[in-house]
Amino acid sequence: MATKLPSVDAVLIGFGWTGAIMAQELTEAGLNVLAIERGDWRDTPTDFSPAFAQDELRYYWRHELFQRLNHDTLTIRNKTSETALPMRQLGSFLLGSGVGGAGVHWNGQVWRFLPSDLKARSHNLERYGKKAVPDEMTIQDYGVSYEELEPHYDKFEYLCGVSGKAGNLKGVIQPGGDPFEGPREREYPNPPLDMPYAPSLFGKAAGELGRHPFPHPAANMSRAYTNPLGVQLGPCTYCGFCEKYACGNYAKASAQTTILPVLMRKKSFTLKTNSEVLKINLSADGKTATGVTYLDEKGQEFEQPAEMVVLSAYILHNVRLLLLSGIGKPYDPQTGEGVVGRNYAYQITSSVNVFFNDKILNPFVGAGALGTIVNDFNGDNFDHSGLGFIGGGYVGVLQTGARPIETHNTPDGVPKWGQAWKTAIARDYLKTATISTHGAVMAHRGNYLDLDPTYKDALGRPLLRMTFDYTDNEHRMSDYLTDRAAEIGKAMGGREIKTNYRKGSWDVVPYQTTHNTGGAIMGDDPKTSFTNKYLQSWDVPNLFVLGATAFPQNAGYNPTGTVAALVYYAADAIKARYLKAPHQPLVQV
Amino acid sequence: MGGLRIHPLFAAVIGASLAATMPARPDAQQLPAPAVALPALTLPVVETAQVAQGRYLAVLGDCSGCHDRPGGQPYAGGVPLPTPFGTIYSANITPDRETGIGAWTAEDFWNAMHRGVRANGAKLYPAFPYPYFTHVTRPESDALYAYFRTVAPASYRPPANKLPFPLNIRFMVTFWNALNFKEDRAPTTGPSPGEHIVRGLGHCGACHTPKTLLGGDKADHALEGGKLDNWFAPALNSDARTGLGAWSEADVAEYLKTGRNARANGSASMADVITHSTSKMADTDLTGIAAYLKAQPNHAAAAATPAPDPKVMAIGEAIYVDECSACHAADGKAAPTYFPPLPGAAVTQSRDPTTVIRFILSGTQTVATDARPTPLSMPSYAWKLNDAQVAAVATYVRNSWGNAAPAVTASQVAGLRRKVAAKPVQKPSASI
Repeated sequence: MATKLPSVDAVLIGFGWTGAIMAQELTEAGLNVLAIERGDWRDTPTDFSPAFAQDELRYYWRHELFQRLNHDTLTIRNKTSETALPMRQLGSFLLGSGVGGAGVHWNGQVWRFLPSDLKARSHNLERYGKKAVPDEMTIQDYGVSYEELEPHYDKFEYLCGVSGKAGNLKGVIQPGGDPFEGPREREYPNPPLDMPYAPSLFGKAAGELGRHPFPHPAANMSRAYTNPLGVQLGPCTYCGFCEKYACGNYAKASAQTTILPVLMRKKSFTLKTNSEVLKINLSADGKTATGVTYLDEKGQEFEQPAEMVVLSAYILHNVRLLLLSGIGKPYDPQTGEGVVGRNYAYQITSSVNVFFNDKILNPFVGAGALGTIVNDFNGDNFDHSGLGFIGGGYVGVLQTGARPIETHNTPDGVPKWGQAWKTAIARDYLKTATISTHGAVMAHRGNYLDLDPTYKDALGRPLLRMTFDYTDNEHRMSDYLTDRAAEIGKAMGGREIKTNYRKGSWDVVPYQTTHNTGGAIMGDDPKTSFTNKYLQSWDVPNLFVLGATAFPQNAGYNPTGTVAALVYYAADAIKARYLKAPHQPLVQV
Repeated sequence: MGGLRIHPLFAAVIGASLAATMPARPDAQQLPAPAVALPALTLPVVETAQVAQGRYLAVLGDCSGCHDRPGGQPYAGGVPLPTPFGTIYSANITPDRETGIGAWTAEDFWNAMHRGVRANGAKLYPAFPYPYFTHVTRPESDALYAYFRTVAPASYRPPANKLPFPLNIRFMVTFWNALNFKEDRAPTTGPSPGEHIVRGLGHCGACHTPKTLLGGDKADHALEGGKLDNWFAPALNSDARTGLGAWSEADVAEYLKTGRNARANGSASMADVITHSTSKMADTDLTGIAAYLKAQPNHAAAAATPAPDPKVMAIGEAIYVDECSACHAADGKAAPTYFPPLPGAAVTQSRDPTTVIRFILSGTQTVATDARPTPLSMPSYAWKLNDAQVAAVATYVRNSWGNAAPAVTASQVAGLRRKVAAKPVQKPSASI
């Protein structure tokens, strides 16, 4: 029997980036906010101090910062004709757990989507005609424009202290920046990071080929920075442990290093850790969320009433909790109807290695978003006529730090083990540059999320089931990007290159990115979206669902910048309008 | 700082507290009837000018530093104050009649502040810093009294003091007072507000003045740095290397207000003082304190510092580059107001290396204030560096970039490690 607790103004489920941002915004508006996080409290000095943060075995190979799959995992299959199986180890994406969420072990790559990315359907139909968007490709417009999001992208970039160079200030193209980006009102808060040798060689070669190289925007500090909340971030040491790791130097933006020092001091904010929300409770008519039911770390069950419920866990958990709570119509891939689980998408990556004989590149120097990029082949920055696909991605050398256990690139023809392998590693480790491609994934009718009919978690609840595969659109696009990367790789002047296309079905084993998207998408039609443009549930107006869960399809950029901008956008609407008329929809249909 | 708040005042020989009214022999410890009957304090609080003044004086005196225990009601006491002579518990100074000072008159309060005696005439242990509070004027004492009448009464009896015989006999304080305390000292009202705070309610010397064997202040070495509870509180005087000589008055005020400045980050015991007291002080008082401290002379004989062993320096440098330079930078200059610079740092060069060793062993966390909310931290290296390595890197930072201070020995590290490293603030290994 659940113990009923006193009501709060807002309860947040999950406490990573989106939860921290929303909690900060709602407490600023005077609300009494409770966040419930199923993982541990984690902070820099206690959990990832610089005395031990750079431990590849502990953090990456033994997954210390990631979700404990013996408690809760998901089942995966490529298509509906297969039987999904529960994953006991994840590889392609690495789910977070605990305070700060996956935002603790991210790289700090902060992008804005292109204006055209936010209206992928109407834009591509308009430019390339109906044939460009087949019926099975269920892409949609976001329902929010780049212009609407611009101030919110800006707010997140200043919160994080992004190091970068603007390419488009109020419509004026800036030398050294990305000329393809949407117009921004002001420069990044910090200058770009110092560029190592390999990304510099890439930039030079790309420029000579007529591409437009620029430094990757990074939430890794190029200098000590105090953000608008007064929180201080230290300068990056280029230690090379961002992605899959937490920063010990306060140099990578995360909830811990940008918001929590201020938020945790507020009397109007409470955080409960090691507490798992079992379901969102609804009123009898199903139109109002009355709060949540959760288990604390001792296994005691509590009912937490709230005026407003904010679902701010990772996208896979958001979708699962909606399904477990019976909110929204589950998506059916046969009929194409239903909205919960709809339009799950991901990312597609590939790479090209460039091996040099005479250049010592010191690849162990690194930072999560340290590199040189070209966006000439991202989104609709190039003419797709006759290419057989839409969308694109960025191409660049990102020097994230060649951790020794993980990093052993070898040229074609080298065996996978033994003396010849060791010799090649010893010869090439310091002299290898890797060009990455990072491509969009469009929504497809057969890619979706639902509850698994067979497998259950430690609490006896059905696991989430992921049905996903790449389609021809992704493979054509990724191969095209890989060929463009190879052109630049050749121009970099190495001894040889090795081209690593992404072939075949999506595979859960090799790491790509933790950029899962969709499942409770935003839009302007309740039949094809779960939320309106303010991330407010159509069916339950006092429920807001944050995160990449809202993406109708994924773009060729890392998602966090857009995830955060959407949260700020929603928070503004909540503060300006929703709180004046609670429980009312912000968009009428 | 956890449950055991380390407050300075254990320097006093026999520390104790007002709370000691309760413990050992309750039958003999009955509070006397008040000379003046006072109304029960359930009335709505009226913020008179006197109460407002008292509220601010309580900030200047950092009263909550000793009298607020974690999880307890404000001023209900019960904070354990470790002293070299035993543990004493702070008193309940809320207006609860049974367990607090609700039965006290303003005259009783003045006697406690000024003469170190309780309302029943018994001696207070000098953990309650009445030797400093003699500088408090009667109107100030009355204002503090008026303020404490307005706080919520808490029915709470702090635990019994843990003092060995004969120190548990209050009468023994008479002898201590004879040596260390001049009753009815004329209140200091001038010459400057800064001096009035530093020598009076602020009781800065409780930590920052070296002590006699009996725990009394060495009066002719005021504010030259003191050792207490395995910390060394640096000198607060004009010495350019180990004191505040290189700081501007604005530097001092910024440090006290925000918890950090371009030269140092406040942490450890000082964090409590900044949190409860100095961060809430008026800017004019901060400036006054700064001016007074910077004017204090240094009487400590400047011992000649022999050049450290080059082999130890080489080992220290190697450790520094590996373990320290990420935050403090190869040249020690770090990122001022984020991570403190080491060249010229007083805490680094103090004659007594206790604090620098302890930072390395236990780590430390910069105090968070409204102005500077980020609790930037240094990790513990107790699990990673042995005694000789800690000594080498401590010697290195004390003697690089123009710094000069006596070398640190492995036995000094070992001695401190036994006392403080049992509770590392960081978890050193994987939990999986």
